[in-house]
Amino acid sequence: MNRMIRVLVAKPGLDGHDRGAKVIARALRDAGMEVIYTGLHQTPEQIVDAALSEDVDVLAISILSGAHPTLVPRIMELLRGNELEDMLVLLGGIIPEEDVPAMMDAGVRQVFGPGTDTQDIVEYIRQNKGMQ
Amino acid sequence: MDMETLYRGIREGRRRAVARGLSWIDEGQARGNDLVGRLFPHAGNAHVIGITGAPGVGKSTLVNALTLQLRRNHQSVGILAVDPSSPFTGGAILGDRIRMQDSVDDGGVYMRSLASRGHVGGLSRATFGAMTLLDAAGFDVVLIETVGAGQAEVDVMRFAQTVLVVLAPGLGDDIQAIKAGILEIGNIFVVNKGDREGSDRTIRSLRSMLGLAHPQAWVPPIIKTSADRGEGVEELAQAIAGHRTYLVEHAIWGQMREHQAENLLEQALQDIAADIAKDRRLQDTWQKSVSQIREGQPAPHFARELMAQWLKATAEGE
Repeated sequence: MNRMIRVLVAKPGLDGHDRGAKVIARALRDAGMEVIYTGLHQTPEQIVDAALSEDVDVLAISILSGAHPTLVPRIMELLRGNELEDMLVLLGGIIPEEDVPAMMDAGVRQVFGPGTDTQDIVEYIRQNKGMQ
Repeated sequence: MDMETLYRGIREGRRRAVARGLSWIDEGQARGNDLVGRLFPHAGNAHVIGITGAPGVGKSTLVNALTLQLRRNHQSVGILAVDPSSPFTGGAILGDRIRMQDSVDDGGVYMRSLASRGHVGGLSRATFGAMTLLDAAGFDVVLIETVGAGQAEVDVMRFAQTVLVVLAPGLGDDIQAIKAGILEIGNIFVVNKGDREGSDRTIRSLRSMLGLAHPQAWVPPIIKTSADRGEGVEELAQAIAGHRTYLVEHAIWGQMREHQAENLLEQALQDIAADIAKDRRLQDTWQKSVSQIREGQPAPHFARELMAQWLKATAEGE
């Protein structure tokens, strides 16, 4: 049996809406991936610890609250501190277009906004995981 | 990471090495088997506790509460939580971390989600190796939460020293309780959601069912818990410690290592059988065997033939 693609779907911060995260989790499962979902209101520390413990290939972060300018750099900093800078980090939710360059600079590899076809995310992960 | 770095990191209990080692074991390749082989002599110190029961009885919540209690008793805890894989896509959603967040926020706790990957019996194929790794990494207690499925999830008794069978009031009538299998493997019974109506009735019917079983030296205690409030969990930890004492005093604890080594061998045999079934060099024989079996020939004859051919082909290939 080969290594399955493992993805952590993370919901940091205070927003309480995880419909989108669940839709993504399900799409990735249906594409044959193993998806770890840890629920709402996760701190950056919890997310990075889960990513490390579960040895995931991909970290998919969903933020709808507008707190991404503080949360995302913090998560990236913790990933680097744990020598996890190679992880494929994706961001989804409500991310204003003008914020996208800053997110990419922080180390996010791709931002998927509302209306993204889940199949595009599946394809993106298949093509980019393990290519860091 | 290479084998040597990984091995040393695991023996030192480093989280990153533990996590990567579990991935090696989970992928089911030779390097994972080699790693388990190297770690096996260093395992055997942890108390391995299996937690099984139907879906919705609160196994994850109980594991969370029990872990918090074990931490109060200064024990380090490794957790393996198995969730089902889709039989169609092989994918899985592993959600046990949601209910374990309180206990996992602690350096003395390591938790890993495993997908069952088509393995039946409530565990994944990698569970035994994963348990060996956490044991060799120095965790005092290893908790294994099985897939919640019901009456056939008895695999866990082959690995764990102590098996907790978790029930909850209002799930299934008394007849469910006398079904063979799950009731026979419990060393400790937990009636969770004890604050709900009907929990005392569940305990009474469980007690009478267990009374019908063959008398043994160890009488399985029944513990009432409300895991979400932490109630009854201290008593549960005491019962677990009591079972450990019983196993050690009756010299059963030491024998488990023998069973575990046997289990490694059995698993290796099963892996070989799976390899043979998938081996493309044997495709023709496979097809011929299938048509002959359809004509009424006995299958074991062809299995032996396949095995002989596989051995020959493998010897020539080396």
